[in-house]
Amino acid sequence: MTTTEPLLDVRDLSVTFARKSGPTVHAVDGVSFTVRPGETVGLVGESGSGKSVTSLAVMGLLPRRGVRVGGQVLFDTDDLLTLPRDRMRDIRGRDIAMVFQDPMSSLNPVVPIGVQVTEVLERHQRLRGDKASAAAAELLSRVGIPDPTRRLKEYPHQLSGGMRQRALIAMALACQPRLLIADEPTTALDVTIQAQIIELLKELVQDTGAALVMITHDLGIVAGLCDTVHVMYSGRIVESAGRRELFAEPRHPYTGGLLASVPRLDAPRGAPLHPIPGSPTDVLRWERGCAFAPRCPNRLDACTDGPPPLETLPGRRLRCLNPLSETEEVPA
Amino acid sequence: MSLSEIEATTESEQLEQPAGNLRKEAWKRLRRDPVALVGFGLIAFFVLVAILAPLIAPYAPDAQPGRGMITPTNIPGPSADHWFGLDASGRDEFSRVVYGARQSLLVGVVATLIGMAGGLSLGVLAGAFGGKVDAVIMRIVDVMLSIPGLLMAIAIAALLGASLWSVMIAIAIINIPVFARLLRGQMLAQRGSDYVVAAVSIGVRRRPIVLGHILPNSISPVIVQATLTLATAIIEAAGLSFLGLGSADPRVPEWGRMLADTQRYLASAPHLAFFPGIAIVIAALGFTMLGERLREAIDPKYRR
Amino acid sequence: MLKFVVRRLLLLVPILFGLSVLLFVWLRALPGGPAQALLGERATAESVARIEALYGLDEAWYVQYWKFVSAAVQLDFGNSARTNRPVTEEMLRTFPATFELAIAALIFAIGIGIPLGYFAARKYGSWLDNLSVSGSLLGVAVPVFFLAYILKYVFSVKLGWFPTQGRDDPRIDADHPTGFYVLDGIVTGNLEASWDAIMHLVLPAIALGAIPLAIIVRITRASVLDVVHEDYVRTAEAKGLQERTITRRHVLRNALLPVVTVIGLQAGLLFSGAILTETVFSFDGVGRFIAEAISNRDYAVLQGFILVIAAMYVVVNLLVDVSYGLIDPRVRVR
Repeated sequence: MTTTEPLLDVRDLSVTFARKSGPTVHAVDGVSFTVRPGETVGLVGESGSGKSVTSLAVMGLLPRRGVRVGGQVLFDTDDLLTLPRDRMRDIRGRDIAMVFQDPMSSLNPVVPIGVQVTEVLERHQRLRGDKASAAAAELLSRVGIPDPTRRLKEYPHQLSGGMRQRALIAMALACQPRLLIADEPTTALDVTIQAQIIELLKELVQDTGAALVMITHDLGIVAGLCDTVHVMYSGRIVESAGRRELFAEPRHPYTGGLLASVPRLDAPRGAPLHPIPGSPTDVLRWERGCAFAPRCPNRLDACTDGPPPLETLPGRRLRCLNPLSETEEVPA
Repeated sequence: MSLSEIEATTESEQLEQPAGNLRKEAWKRLRRDPVALVGFGLIAFFVLVAILAPLIAPYAPDAQPGRGMITPTNIPGPSADHWFGLDASGRDEFSRVVYGARQSLLVGVVATLIGMAGGLSLGVLAGAFGGKVDAVIMRIVDVMLSIPGLLMAIAIAALLGASLWSVMIAIAIINIPVFARLLRGQMLAQRGSDYVVAAVSIGVRRRPIVLGHILPNSISPVIVQATLTLATAIIEAAGLSFLGLGSADPRVPEWGRMLADTQRYLASAPHLAFFPGIAIVIAALGFTMLGERLREAIDPKYRR
Repeated sequence: MLKFVVRRLLLLVPILFGLSVLLFVWLRALPGGPAQALLGERATAESVARIEALYGLDEAWYVQYWKFVSAAVQLDFGNSARTNRPVTEEMLRTFPATFELAIAALIFAIGIGIPLGYFAARKYGSWLDNLSVSGSLLGVAVPVFFLAYILKYVFSVKLGWFPTQGRDDPRIDADHPTGFYVLDGIVTGNLEASWDAIMHLVLPAIALGAIPLAIIVRITRASVLDVVHEDYVRTAEAKGLQERTITRRHVLRNALLPVVTVIGLQAGLLFSGAILTETVFSFDGVGRFIAEAISNRDYAVLQGFILVIAAMYVVVNLLVDVSYGLIDPRVRVR
């Protein structure tokens, strides 16, 4: 598997937002990662870590005004960042599709579900009329929506949240894309529905062979789904590793903190939870040092002298001067 | 490392401002807003002209200094002696436009104040008592709103006979439902808000809650509405006076009537339409600009 | 949907009832009562009494009200004091003219307002945007009759592009089977008359349409600005749809919902707005007739016309609500 050419190769991606007042913001700063065909990759981080902006940059969906995007996003051999807009439109929805966070607001309220599914098929596969409707019904039933022919005529407000997210997934998978990006697809849903949607995504990418980039703040989702995980903090990747390696042996204190803050059923009753102190807004600018330093238990004086580099270790990338030792037990 | 080194990111700026700062914020935004400032300037100009009319105007509004210069085919336009020219009776147009500001301001302010007082009372009654009182009041408001404003103003002004008062009352009445709806909506919205619930739960009675809490908190939207109403009131007053429903005394300089009187001379003496018309626009535009920007500054919903 | 329409129709009843009471009281509250108002101030007591007996004004108020309502339901509003013809007849004569004018004004306001509002929003912050925002502020601050004067002076008097007044050129010989002059010309095959009628409509329509235009521009712009930031537009972009499809199906179809309401409200107001416009252009329609009724104290005309225009306004608002239900599925189900 390691020998396959990457499907998506993000190289040194940076996104800056210029603002009228105040300095420009580096939402994404030198992010590189690859996604191989059929692989499932997790982008993990708190809100503001730049994970969603990364996905929007890959999709070419960032607002054009006040935003500068640098680096390369190679898909096949094309750099998506320099592709003409109409070619990018051909790729979106056909080769790369995306599922968004809030199924309540991500569907057009005044257009029937059916039209919102068939319009992708019409656009990219030139399907028309009955053929398109039949294909749409087939898609809906495939994502587990019962009575699809009736649902096609219904409007989004007539569907439950979980059903809407299924419908959005159906739209994303309509043209059998090779890459699916899911941006916090379950955050807005009830817990019981969350598991179903994750299960559905897992099944679908296995069946279709699509690669999946799962963007989430929830390590539980990553643990059950992803082959490779990239942990982002304040716009940069701080640690990358395979799922097993990362969970068994987190090296970055932030990753360790994320893992420790997940409540564990096997912990002794009454054992304290371990939240990461501070909030994601207590951030140092990367130029000055490690952005996580203000919240870091392992902080050294050197951490605030300058930006720590992203070092490549065997099976892992790590941006930390004083990582958790390889044998150190995660505080549980 | 010191705390000062920890720099805030974008997100800390998006944190919500405490409510007390909101009005201060709005004020600050308003003071930097060129549209609001121009609007304020126009209003100040209009009010000053109205107050200082006797000092500014070279002639009394009913004096006919140019009587001898008028012939049926020639009404002199602007000149050094008569900046805005003469009207068909040989009166100084500039003086009449200047004095007209008084009528316009008076009608606008009085009509708005009466309409506001009436509307607020109805709104408070409806909002405070709810139930049947609310239903009856809101039905009346519905009926009033079901007649186009200008039409209703015409009917009322016709009923009361041609006078300045009837114009004021007519315009006041058509604005009552607007304020009534606004205040009732405010009260309903605030009834469920935390501080009202808190006041009720500790046993504060209805009147103190309404007077002490809800009314003061409704003041910003009422001020915005009043500013915008001043603009429409000035235009509506001009419209009624244009239709001959203004003051019964033709010597009283009203911008609307001055425009109506000029209809026959439009081709030969366009200045008689131009100057009073521009005067109405200046007054109405001032209040519109300030009112719109006030609304945007206070209510983020209208921003952008 | 049917339930929704029925419920809205039922809401009409109290409003129309209130309206009839208001107008009934209005006519009787006139100084000296309706008979005096009809006869003028110098009428003798005997003639007032005779008129009151003739019109049943000496009967109990509830009898009078009943007679008034039953007559109004049959569209009988008495005679005009000035022309001495039935008010209903005058309505039939003047309404087509104002309908024609109102339609022209709406075409102007919608045809320019929606595209302008849309492009102002898409080019947010550009000169076009700034122009449309300041234009819409100015649009509501300029009195209709002043705008009408300016248009008339510049385009009729000075440039001579358009006729200065009236609905048609008396030198053109034309039949008027429908009272809609543009339509009449087409029906009778007299295209010269149609063109002439259109030329007579242009300036009054612009004057009458100015306020609706300003409001439509504003609402469209604000609404499009809201909608383009909606998540579902991003979803549409993520599907790689053509810009055309996104604009039509996802942006406009949502953004125009509030615009439809505003157009309806403004359409209902055009008949009263026409009072001022028609006066300036001597356009022989409802508005001018009302203006003349005011100066002649022709209260029967005022009463009838106000009732009918207000009723039309209420019905237009109802139609807007219902059509909103048709285009917004969320309302339809409720």
